[in-house]
Amino acid sequence: MDPTAPLLEVANLSVEYRTQRGVVRAVGGMDFTLAEREFLGVVGESGSGKSQLLLALLGLSAPGAAVHGSIRYRGTELVGAGPRALNQLRGNRISMVFQDPMTALNPYLTIGQQLVEVLRLHRQLSRADARSRAAAILEAVHISEAQRRLKQYPHELSGGMRQRAMIAMALVCEPEILLADEPTTALDVTVQAQILTLLRELRERMGTAVILVTHDLGIVAELADRVAVMYAGRCVEDADVRTLFADGQHPYTRALAASLPRLEGPLPERMFTIPGNPPNPARLPPGCSFAPRCAYVHERCLLAPPPLTVIGPGHRKACYLDGLPPIAGAP
Amino acid sequence: MSVGELKVRDLSVHYQVQHGGGHAVLRAAEHVHFDIPPGTTLGVVGESGSGKSSIARALMRLVPAAGGQVLLDGQDLLQLEGAALRTARRKIQMIFQDPVASLDPRMTVEDIIAEPLRSFCPEMDRAQRHAEVLAMMQRVGLAPEHLRCFPHEFSGGQAQRIGIARALVQKPSVVICDEPISALDVSIRAQIANLLRDLQQEFGLTLLFIAHDLATVRYSCDQVLVLYLGRVMELASREQLFANPRHPYTRALLDAAPIPDPVLARSRKAEPLRGEIPSPMNPPSGCVFRTRCPIAEARCAETVPPLIAKRPGHEVACLLD
Repeated sequence: MDPTAPLLEVANLSVEYRTQRGVVRAVGGMDFTLAEREFLGVVGESGSGKSQLLLALLGLSAPGAAVHGSIRYRGTELVGAGPRALNQLRGNRISMVFQDPMTALNPYLTIGQQLVEVLRLHRQLSRADARSRAAAILEAVHISEAQRRLKQYPHELSGGMRQRAMIAMALVCEPEILLADEPTTALDVTVQAQILTLLRELRERMGTAVILVTHDLGIVAELADRVAVMYAGRCVEDADVRTLFADGQHPYTRALAASLPRLEGPLPERMFTIPGNPPNPARLPPGCSFAPRCAYVHERCLLAPPPLTVIGPGHRKACYLDGLPPIAGAP
Repeated sequence: MSVGELKVRDLSVHYQVQHGGGHAVLRAAEHVHFDIPPGTTLGVVGESGSGKSSIARALMRLVPAAGGQVLLDGQDLLQLEGAALRTARRKIQMIFQDPVASLDPRMTVEDIIAEPLRSFCPEMDRAQRHAEVLAMMQRVGLAPEHLRCFPHEFSGGQAQRIGIARALVQKPSVVICDEPISALDVSIRAQIANLLRDLQQEFGLTLLFIAHDLATVRYSCDQVLVLYLGRVMELASREQLFANPRHPYTRALLDAAPIPDPVLARSRKAEPLRGEIPSPMNPPSGCVFRTRCPIAEARCAETVPPLIAKRPGHEVACLLD
């Protein structure tokens, strides 16, 4: 491991599954780097490959998966690395927060036991030191009465509290990278706002780099420095957050933003819609995967998928179209 | 001729639950009232545990009401039994949140959509039913070749179209929509929201539309009811609610929604609401919202705030308003 090497470099990463219906490409040709302290938002719908991408980064893809390409953490290749090497990183240097804390936490162990386990494994702390560190991290994620919570089981906590406990577990070893898979989707909107505030605060205080996967452009607008938009396993556009929202250039990015209901602004008679359905990952079209739903589809779009090309500083898109006229009917 | 005017008066829903070795009463909805004029939509919003689904289920007689009236065109659905209840049930149908789970996996699309016709329209023969099913499928955007398919072959959005066709096939006047788009992909939600609006205009439907986010409600509802722990906090026209939200809980819900604009999102000052919704087994005294309310005073713990019309069509339950 080289501490001067870039934090995370992902090159041409793909994840494929062989099924009875043929090869399903869940992730295809992902290319990106994550800088220190950077907050990357990955936006996509179900089946876009965003969760598969996160699992692949931690070597957690399902047994049948074929993972190709390169994932370098501080210069060390993780694709093909053995479980021993990965276990030294997982939960330690790179950790993950899942969507549903009820299924991700162990129901048979108290919150304290689960936190202490991580610390004893990765930090070789004594039981007493681990316990006091565990209490401190619960306070850091604003769980009140930390000593009492350590003795409670996951089912004894509320939904928001459980998600805070899982974030505490992910951060207890002060990882360099935090991966979060729809961390607020299962929560009520007021609790979601609390967790988003917590993530923003922790990131500022601890300097952890974050990759947060979500279907919600609003969450990305609140938190991310940079955004990658995924569709059918591929990145179709990435840019810094302000550029993406002010000057998104891929038709899918624009259409997704236009189809969001908003609390303010004009109220059209009909909501803007994207026609059709996301494609079946087992039967992707030969050209651009978005072509069947795209308002600007062109003959060449149907032949081969457009490559992700640089169109501005830190701004890439995978679309043959040069410049994009405004979407008819969009706000 | 039914027109689909729904008036709910003083509706309460209680559940008997095991609690600490004995029985206790969970008050899922308390003294809820609202009117939905024919052909219009009432949006019901609130977090999980606010009683939204309990109210929907009580209107459908899927759970018993502890008290109150549900007047559909003047007839109290809660008083009906037997054949009269069956007749009334034709007029009120439901669309569920999880489109795939709410369809029988062993039935074909045709059987699913035809089932209400078999139950409610025994005079129809097979050919008539088939024609009705086909017409409704076309109306909701399903192709004739889907007739013989099974629910698992459909995406969430397509499955919700099946659920909508089933709810509408025997021409109800009222449709209860329990978060019909929450479980769908972002790019599909607007399609289904527009479809519901088109069908409402075509058939003159009265809709009760449950949602957990206010932005969706803003596009599809004429009136909005805000619930917290089974109590009505605010009831207003859409225009009033979004232009002039009066209850602190309504304002908190509006402030909590992520803003899909990085410049606006990061310039916002509002603090998120603290804590979480308390257990309905042990609701706070006085105003149930006071434990999380940013402006609560001592008297909020003593008096239950009555729902008061602050102006015509805008009712608020807050002592401090």
